Amino acid sequence: MALDRWIALVILMICLAYGYAAFFTMDAGLAPFMKRNPIWPSTFPKILSVLAVLTALSILLGLEKGAADPKPMDINYRRLTDYKLGQALALLGLMVAYALLLRPLGFLLSTLGFLSVGAVILGERRFHILLPVAAAAAGIVWYLVQVVLGIFLSPWPVFLTNGG
Amino acid sequence: MLEGILIGLGTAFSITNILMVIGGCLIGTFIGMLPGLGPMSIIAIMIPVAISIGDPSAALILLAGVYYGAIFGGSTSSILINAPGVASTVATSFDGYPLARQGKAGKALTVAAISSFCGGTIGAILLMVFAPALASVALLFHSAEYFALMVVGLSAIAAFAGSGQVGKALLMTLLGLIMATVGEGALFNMPRFTMGVMDLQSGFGFITLAMAMFALPEAIYLVLDPSRSAQGGEGGEIKDLRITRDEARTIAPVIGRQSIQGFLIGVLPGAGATIASFLGYAVERNIATKEEQEEFGKGSLKGLAAPETANNAACTGSFVPLLTLGIPGSGTTAILLGALIALNVTPGPRLMLDDPQIFWAVIISMYLGNLILLILNLPLIPYIAKVLAVPRTFLIPFILFFTLMGAYIGQNNATELLILVGLGVCATVLRFADYPLAPLLIGFILGSMLENNFARALQLYDGLGFILERPMTLGLLALAVILVVLPSYRARRARLRAEGVADAD
Repeated sequence: MALDRWIALVILMICLAYGYAAFFTMDAGLAPFMKRNPIWPSTFPKILSVLAVLTALSILLGLEKGAADPKPMDINYRRLTDYKLGQALALLGLMVAYALLLRPLGFLLSTLGFLSVGAVILGERRFHILLPVAAAAAGIVWYLVQVVLGIFLSPWPVFLTNGG
Repeated sequence: MLEGILIGLGTAFSITNILMVIGGCLIGTFIGMLPGLGPMSIIAIMIPVAISIGDPSAALILLAGVYYGAIFGGSTSSILINAPGVASTVATSFDGYPLARQGKAGKALTVAAISSFCGGTIGAILLMVFAPALASVALLFHSAEYFALMVVGLSAIAAFAGSGQVGKALLMTLLGLIMATVGEGALFNMPRFTMGVMDLQSGFGFITLAMAMFALPEAIYLVLDPSRSAQGGEGGEIKDLRITRDEARTIAPVIGRQSIQGFLIGVLPGAGATIASFLGYAVERNIATKEEQEEFGKGSLKGLAAPETANNAACTGSFVPLLTLGIPGSGTTAILLGALIALNVTPGPRLMLDDPQIFWAVIISMYLGNLILLILNLPLIPYIAKVLAVPRTFLIPFILFFTLMGAYIGQNNATELLILVGLGVCATVLRFADYPLAPLLIGFILGSMLENNFARALQLYDGLGFILERPMTLGLLALAVILVVLPSYRARRARLRAEGVADAD
């Protein structure tokens, strides 16, 4: 089974769960006066779930056949290991780490880390250029966001700012 | 209309707004040149900035400037290093890159800039004529018609997705609509489908979704396949930006035709600058003379002018449904719509009456933006093009970082970043399987408006009676069904006929 049909299957499952919630569980907590309304919170989701289930089924069963010639520019997922999969996964992991460390480490430190580790993952080894560039970028972006845009970004690690 | 133009002039020519146009065009050109960052990603990244400006007209002017700046920047990298930063400038590289190889990079850039300028300006004139007319018709619409019109818009996007793709595009639209129902809506005072997760209480963030659908998959693609960001490095010297009078005479009719054609294609929902540029290229090749046809693909000025004019005119055209109906026809205008809603402006036919300064200032700023692109960018291009020499080891971490920052600034919430990464991975897998992602975002943004209008119509008519009682609603809904069913029906008939022929042989 091709990937697009696997995806259709997964979406079908999601839509079935969504539809189950819309049809059977959502209306339980509805206030009595709301039940006299022609539209309930579950009305629109019910329509959507039915349509989505039908569409997902039509893809899953392959009802619509078309010219399925792969575009030359695009990535062939069947040979995913031919590409730099490790680098991509490492960068995704790095993004998750950044999300988790942003608050505890502070913006400046975590951004410096993110930019330099990211470049190292991609094969950059000229640290004398990389580190200053990353540090400058972290500083400039912090200044722009904090001072120009006026959105608070805590710059330093938690243990340094606990006092104030 | 004259009054409106005057209001627009007054707003657009304030110092702040002129700076917004200049800034937007420069940022757009700069980032649009980078391989792998299309206008959608750039606008998504710029939205937190635009929102924090607070003034809706300035914000929209900035974002519109970024939009056409990005298209212009994309054509520069197509011409110089054969690496289109944006899908809509792929057709530009057919003839632009051969010209650069012949040492005529400067000439190619000038033709591209002039074509873009003319396409954008003629598009803006057409926009000025069409939009108010369409808006005055749209004022007659009630919520029932609105609901039906949005259904038509969404199905048209699916229907134009191409053969074998209609079902996928439709499914993505529905998935976007489903995602829009998550969280606490304005309509009912209860959270829906949050699964008890506090962070989903307010629904998915639209910037997060836009980043996850466009910027992140594009960056992952760049990592996976280094050849996508291949640096040709052979752009060489850019000199001699002049074109001769004869050359100008050759491209003038092309520009005239493609401005109008591109604009009309841009107005259609689902068909954007990309389709306009390819179609423009194909049409011009077909109507060229025999000798000129030979030139196409080897460095024809006509072949360069056609897609460049068409994609800029189409960009402008895509503002028509956005500004008059409040229905975005493309992923980029969907993001603009989201930004407007975040700024507390409701696009639609009332926009022209309630906030005329926004409506007209955007249109006037388009003339200004095109002029700035022409006079500011052309002499600066050799310097801006230096950005193409930034190594990918630096480029990609920065793209990822700005993606993260966009989502973080919008919500100020680290969980949002985890949602972003999760959705981004899903979006990448969807892209592997050729599922179009723009319909998902358009569905997501239109979702709550669709439901609100549907609810209002239901309440007014106390049931589904409005579908039968309002002929226009019925007609529009029927049109939506036809739009979705027709492509697959025709494909099926064509296939059956082909099989029949094969059997007969």
